[in-house]
Amino acid sequence: MSDVLILAFESSCDETSVAVVKNGREVLSNIIATQIKSHQRFGGVVPEVASRHHVEQIIHCTKLALKEAQVDYQDLAAVAVTYGPGLVGSLLIGLMAAKAISWAHDLPLIGVNHLAGHIYAANLVAEIKYPALALVVSGGHTELVYVKAAGEFEILGDTRDDAVGEAYDKVGRMLGISYPAGKTIDQWAHEGKDTYNFPRAMLHENNLNFSFSGIKSAVINTLHHAEQVGISINKKDVATSFQNDILDILLAKTQKALHKYPVQQLIVAGGVAANSGLRERLQQELANQVELIFPPLRLCGDNAAMIGAYAYIKYQKNQFASLTLNADPSLDFEYCNNNESLL
Amino acid sequence: MIIRTCSYQETVALGQYLGTLLQAGDVLLLDGDLGVGKTTLTRGIAQGLGINRSIKSPTFTLIREYQNGRVPLYHMDMYRLENAADSALGLEEYLGSDGVTVMEWAQFVADQLPEEYLLVQIARDNDQDEERFITFKPRGEHYQSLLNNFIAMYQKHSR
Repeated sequence: MSDVLILAFESSCDETSVAVVKNGREVLSNIIATQIKSHQRFGGVVPEVASRHHVEQIIHCTKLALKEAQVDYQDLAAVAVTYGPGLVGSLLIGLMAAKAISWAHDLPLIGVNHLAGHIYAANLVAEIKYPALALVVSGGHTELVYVKAAGEFEILGDTRDDAVGEAYDKVGRMLGISYPAGKTIDQWAHEGKDTYNFPRAMLHENNLNFSFSGIKSAVINTLHHAEQVGISINKKDVATSFQNDILDILLAKTQKALHKYPVQQLIVAGGVAANSGLRERLQQELANQVELIFPPLRLCGDNAAMIGAYAYIKYQKNQFASLTLNADPSLDFEYCNNNESLL
Repeated sequence: MIIRTCSYQETVALGQYLGTLLQAGDVLLLDGDLGVGKTTLTRGIAQGLGINRSIKSPTFTLIREYQNGRVPLYHMDMYRLENAADSALGLEEYLGSDGVTVMEWAQFVADQLPEEYLLVQIARDNDQDEERFITFKPRGEHYQSLLNNFIAMYQKHSR
């Protein structure tokens, strides 16, 4: 069988990205607009929330992706695109680009769930063995996903309020760290002491759900009280206490999931997978019971290579979309039946 | 009109009363500091609209849609747009449409807001961590009468 080259688009949120992926495993190119060195050329707008900016980027990115991969449209087997979840206006730009190329070059179209993409970034660095468990942690997601077989997902648990990356950014703001704050908090967390012992929400509840809004409030209250009575706060100690709190919860829920759903592999995906504290704790506490897969940093954030990686699974199953494929801002996986997440 | 709530539960309950009165096209702007309870109040509003899903923060996605209630709920958060002036977000497709729009950090898209709305300001109490002062400021006749109905309902229930 000849190689399957898929041109993939991702525009669900801030990043405009276009990639060429070979057989779902090998990245031939992965252009991410916000990381293009000469981004001044495109205006360098941050954050790129407006779909207008995606429009400005997507043609350049497509050309660059094909050029860097040294392929032309006739070499491609399919075009893939994120169709949800995300911001509808942003999603539509990727969709329109992918559909136009699909139609013009008579290539099959594949619609990809953004979350499935994050998980399948793992396939670009290792081979996923089923069943697998995925911990998806980012600015917009905190999910434990059971990957039963190729392309079969079930949400075992998710956040009830804030996503973990969001908690980092908001606590970062309270500590005077500019966006995105994750990296600095992670650094400070290694330099301070856990002196505050913030509440660990839902730690002992018998489910796999998360809640991070309470920790955010606890940090805010702590800083607020300190300011009122005029005592100075060691920000590094706050960072350490906050990160320990978050990691305790992520570890405990992941442990619980592994216990209930034995798997060979744990895939850690999404932007927060870049957190060194999380990587250390998972290595220390879980490496002896499960194979850990951390995609490299450049594949943790939003990117199109991961979309191409998952599209290959759908390509093999002949799961193609028609040109009527629409954006689905609230696209989700199925929830596991014995979880209360639907309520 | 200022209402004091003393707990998370009371804030949710307040939102619930308000939610039962909302109609398609209504726009609510929620104003207040980080962690003050804007999403908590929205959780109540969603319950009042008959939505039985957990309300998650829309900070990252900017908009979360809930379609399984009496009318759709569009929960928006413009927090991330603080430094992104003149972003064309297509908000007009949501505002005043078939659903209820609840928007947090609306000040960052001030130029894209409708003329009439209900502004809800939430502030914390300096001494009590759990207490909140919730101020309602209607803009336009429709929202004035909505507020009147809400006050009547609230007073009836809290008697």
